[in-house]
Amino acid sequence: MEPLRMETQNLTVYYGKNAGVKNVSLPVHDRKITALIGPSGCGKTTFLRALNRMHDLNPIVRIEGRVLLDGEDVYAAGVDPVVIRRRVGMVFQRPTPFPTMSIFENVVAGLRLVGVKDRERLAEVAERSLKAAALWDEVKDRLNEPAVGLSGGQQQRISIARALAVEPEVLLMDEPTSALDPISTQAIEDLLTDLKDQVTIVIVTHNMQQAARVSDRTAFFLNGDMIEYGPTERLFTNPADERTEAYITGRFG
Amino acid sequence: MNLRRRYLRDRLMVALVYLGTLLVLLPLLFILGYVFVKGIGALNWDFFTKPPAPPGEPGGGMLPAIVGTFVIDLMALAMGGLLGLGGGVLMAEYPEHPLNRPLRLVANVLGGIPAILMGLFAFVFVVVPMGGFSAFSGSVALAILMIPIIMRATEEVLRILPWELREAGLALGLPRWRVTLSLILPAAKGGIVTGLLLALARAAGEAAPLLFTAFGNPFISFDPLGPMDSLPLKIYVYAISPYEEWIRQAWGAALLLALLLMVTNFLARRALRRS
Repeated sequence: MEPLRMETQNLTVYYGKNAGVKNVSLPVHDRKITALIGPSGCGKTTFLRALNRMHDLNPIVRIEGRVLLDGEDVYAAGVDPVVIRRRVGMVFQRPTPFPTMSIFENVVAGLRLVGVKDRERLAEVAERSLKAAALWDEVKDRLNEPAVGLSGGQQQRISIARALAVEPEVLLMDEPTSALDPISTQAIEDLLTDLKDQVTIVIVTHNMQQAARVSDRTAFFLNGDMIEYGPTERLFTNPADERTEAYITGRFG
Repeated sequence: MNLRRRYLRDRLMVALVYLGTLLVLLPLLFILGYVFVKGIGALNWDFFTKPPAPPGEPGGGMLPAIVGTFVIDLMALAMGGLLGLGGGVLMAEYPEHPLNRPLRLVANVLGGIPAILMGLFAFVFVVVPMGGFSAFSGSVALAILMIPIIMRATEEVLRILPWELREAGLALGLPRWRVTLSLILPAAKGGIVTGLLLALARAAGEAAPLLFTAFGNPFISFDPLGPMDSLPLKIYVYAISPYEEWIRQAWGAALLLALLLMVTNFLARRALRRS
């Protein structure tokens, strides 16, 4: 049995009165890639955002059930969401470079803004993170240029490098390639495979081929329910639920 | 045939738009032109370097009022800017905060109160308790005038920034205040400066809030706790005086004030474009 890094137990997420995620129990294995697939509005992004408490700022959202990180409930009383988010990072659908910062400043923002001043250490972290995000060669000669001048695919890899720079244990990715062209998508998929040894990844994707290509395990969501979960290969070749089969064979969604 | 009529109609509409623009611009050009013609004669070396002459005597200048304008307005900007910025940030960045609704109400009510009442407020709550007219009390009145303008401008420019920017910061494990301070405010810097300058320009043109607060002072003063002069005040006092020389200088002061406000507005727009 592989160790679990995270786990949800009967997780339900309410938007006002409506449950966007219903009673989902999902294991997240350590240093594996878990993909969440399903049609638009099925709750996969809502589920993902519950894992690092990104719903906290939205007063109409209510969480029931448990989200465990290394066995501890991240929603328990007295747990600081800032600490959770430091351990569980996130990359969003659209690239989000910080507009006033250079490439270098963007990558080390998570360290610099909490008071790390050591230039050498920052430079070292920036290089390591940019290499991990497969962007180092493209930007190493212009680290002091504004990050907003980069292409969409490069900006998204900046976002990934920035998330990696704080060395999270888990990286949540919300459709990280949906706004990108095929070549940038390819670059990021390759990168996911490379990152696997260092960090646990949960990725939401619209693109079933992507889930099949990169993930070890896949969960299929529909209308807020988790319909099926299993090893990716098994789920795609031999789905247990007919709704999963209908979805992956393109009969809806 | 039909097409020709459409071209004709198009031209007619464009002409109407130009006409409307002209009609709107005319009063502005007229006011500025008139102030310029009447005021330019009063602007000389003495005007900028000398205190006022005794009533009825020729000569004298506006130096105390010029100095006072800067002192009073900058103090007001410091106070109004701080509070207005704080309110705007709270409204935009902490929408769930319980202070939000009262704050919005205050902003709306303050925005609709006539400027002279700001002066009255400062008179009752600053001048009377402190026992005398002062530049500080005038600054308080102007600051209150600025607060709703700055608050709204700040809130607006912060709301333009995508929400994802905040989430990206939070997802790095940054505390919320750090996201606001280091990510959001720098990104909105240009717009915020614009809001501050526009509020300053608005307040700097007001005489009413200063009538029974800063009060006016014929001598140069840097003492924030004593009475101080200001250009709008000087214009008001001189314009209704019976002395020809004073009325002439009132026009000069009006021109100087108009120029200062135009420069401020120009800077505000430039700050906005830069961002």
